[in-house]
Amino acid sequence: MKKLSLSNLNDLFSAIAEKENLYIPTDNSVGQAAFSLWSDGAVLSEKCNTVRSAKDLFFPQVENLVNFKVTGKQIEVIENRDPAEPFVVFGVRACDLRSFDILDRVFLSEPVDSYYRTRRENALLIGLACSHPSQTCFCTAFGIDAAEPAGDITCWMSDDTLYWRANTEKGATFTDSLAILDDCQDDPVHKLQEDLRDRLGRLPLHDLDLTGFDSDNMIKLFNSEKWDELSQSCLGCGTCTFICPTCQCYDIQEFNTGKEVKRFRCWDSCMYSNFTKMSAGQPRPTQKERFRQRFMHKLVYYPSNNEGIYSCVGCGRCLQKCPVNANIVKVIKTLREELS
Amino acid sequence: MSVNETFSPTIVAFCCNWCSYAGADLSGTNRLQYPANVKIIRIPCSCRLNPMFILRAFQRGADGVILCGCHPGDCHYTTGNYYARRRMTLLFSMLDFLGIEEERTRVEWVSAAEGAKFAATMNEFVATITKLGPNRRLEDLRCRKE
Amino acid sequence: MQKRMIAKATELLNNGTVDRVLGWKTGEFFYDLTPAVFDSVSALEAKFVFNSFSGANLSKYLIAESRKPGKIAVFLKPCDSYSFTQLLKEHRILRENVYVIGVQCDGMCDIDKVRNIIGEGLLSVRKDGNHLIAETFDATKTIAKSDVLLERCAVCKSKKIVTYDELIGEQGDVCESDRFDEVARLEAMTPEERFEFWRNELSRCIRCNACRNVCPACSCEKCVFDNDNSGVKNKAAADSFEENMFHIIRAFHVASRCTDCGECSRVCPQHIPLHLLNRKFIKDINELYGPYMAGADLNTKPALMDYTKDDCEPSIVYERNGGAQ
Repeated sequence: MKKLSLSNLNDLFSAIAEKENLYIPTDNSVGQAAFSLWSDGAVLSEKCNTVRSAKDLFFPQVENLVNFKVTGKQIEVIENRDPAEPFVVFGVRACDLRSFDILDRVFLSEPVDSYYRTRRENALLIGLACSHPSQTCFCTAFGIDAAEPAGDITCWMSDDTLYWRANTEKGATFTDSLAILDDCQDDPVHKLQEDLRDRLGRLPLHDLDLTGFDSDNMIKLFNSEKWDELSQSCLGCGTCTFICPTCQCYDIQEFNTGKEVKRFRCWDSCMYSNFTKMSAGQPRPTQKERFRQRFMHKLVYYPSNNEGIYSCVGCGRCLQKCPVNANIVKVIKTLREELS
Repeated sequence: MSVNETFSPTIVAFCCNWCSYAGADLSGTNRLQYPANVKIIRIPCSCRLNPMFILRAFQRGADGVILCGCHPGDCHYTTGNYYARRRMTLLFSMLDFLGIEEERTRVEWVSAAEGAKFAATMNEFVATITKLGPNRRLEDLRCRKE
Repeated sequence: MQKRMIAKATELLNNGTVDRVLGWKTGEFFYDLTPAVFDSVSALEAKFVFNSFSGANLSKYLIAESRKPGKIAVFLKPCDSYSFTQLLKEHRILRENVYVIGVQCDGMCDIDKVRNIIGEGLLSVRKDGNHLIAETFDATKTIAKSDVLLERCAVCKSKKIVTYDELIGEQGDVCESDRFDEVARLEAMTPEERFEFWRNELSRCIRCNACRNVCPACSCEKCVFDNDNSGVKNKAAADSFEENMFHIIRAFHVASRCTDCGECSRVCPQHIPLHLLNRKFIKDINELYGPYMAGADLNTKPALMDYTKDDCEPSIVYERNGGAQ
């Protein structure tokens, strides 16, 4: 276990940034947190979570995969990958860290997504235990312990001190390279964890019950009459999917610049009317089917294919940002009535 | 913005079929010169100009966009250019609000008899845009020329 | 107010005037209300809510709801009634299938402003008179409601309920509003400053389309930006140009139809002040073509569907800025 006085936090960031690109959550001009490239003086946000998740740094909203250039009868294929440079992400919450387990199962299973893999291999994730969990948090429902975030390195923050523990070999090597950290005992961290766990247990959604969301109930849940009511007010915007740390659907779009054709991968949203549109038409013709798809995927289909792991981490972003407050907690609670 | 001596702007001129396009023809027949930078796109009436066309022209590398139509009162369809006038006023005002240089967009009324005015307008507009330099605020980097 | 509304809706359902009621449904907390259709008295009693967070404008739902069999009752706040009237004017709502109950409103709150004031760790919010009481693990804070109003309510344009079959509460008047002040502040900047301002704001856009989908004036069956054949579909908004284009075109398309209901800014997850674009058009229209309020009546022609022979020339934009062409 290592420690650092919080008054020296800027020096720590500076020491890290000297080696590699460092991303930390900072407050933007409208007071919302966002991961941004650290530059001297940038202050760590005190917000519980960023608006957009850490997923963005590994699976960006828009990514230029490849370009095609036509000269006469020749087509030149130009790969356009970003330089595979190592980078550090500091201040990732336990929920966002869990989301990487979920994304890895998608992008790192065959066929492996090499763009994603390169970034995963190059990244060093530094988790940060929560200080102020919020009313909208429900990570506990998915067995996530916000007091013990995963990652290569885990950090805890008291009022004046940052505690630092390496979890992986990569994290240990990195820690050894930082002279600024001092050795210390584990005890203060146990106290912080205790306090936090106490708070987590008092959150209004801490005992959200997911019993019954499994493949056995797939057809029953799919055919539930509750979907009409649940999806009634859904606007069909993509807010929930774009701020979600585990949503991973994308589309391929091309753009002809006049000189070449650029092929992009961009996030797609199952809430959109043209999601997975085929020549035969739209497989999910109304908002009800699209809405159902999103939540069935998170709560039933994904766990059925992945040893019961839900593809929701309880970060609560959709509870805060859905324009009509039609979020996953309401879906879970409403459908639970159906199951019991 | 420094003025590049060798900068040769791309200008898109949307011309109404009935007056301005004929005006452009007339300036040609009269052997009046205007720069080859001006690409004319013929439209049925000035009110056919969807604001999207203007933005798309900028996206695809235009440095200035000008709309030419019949003088107010002379529209072949009686009232088309009156509507176009309001639309363009509001659109230009919005572009200005977003900080896009106001000189990059313009409307001129050119009749079929005004070949000389057409050539003069284009010469003057090309000179203005050349002085202003390349469009950088409303460009699509992917489509940049060089 | 909520009790009177439930009583009224119950009466209308019971006497067969309407078959359904459109209102706001309770959520997990005090502030996360969802627009909902109620088809029974028991559902109303269990879930119907009207409080300081009933900000969602219900008008747009009526485009679909008024086309369903039977009649629907709806609660409209003053600004919602402008959107409703504008939709009527555009023949998007079947008026005969809607029973409008106008409700007076004293301003709706923005939960993000509450969060900003109390810091992280919000546990609960409730209302007490003109105050909100917010609780965190460590403290309980009382916040004046006026400090956390939605932007649109802080500069409320009107308390008048334009279209209604019945009122609950008082009819109000058009307000003296300083809603154009922020637009004027931007107009006074240099073009460079304005460009920087909008780059900073629009660069946060994640193209979730919430602004468009919530907008009562955005009622196209298929948006040009979703249309594969339009040539401008830009799901992969890879360049800042595409953010600009989307927001310019969206604002232009609703110009002279936008009632300034402020829903676009309310729902933006990135807090982009989108209402400023719409207000710029409204301000220009008022100044150049005479005062016009979309949705204020059923007859006046919208500025962009009208003209006069002596309208100003587009060059007024340069002249106004003191430039010469």
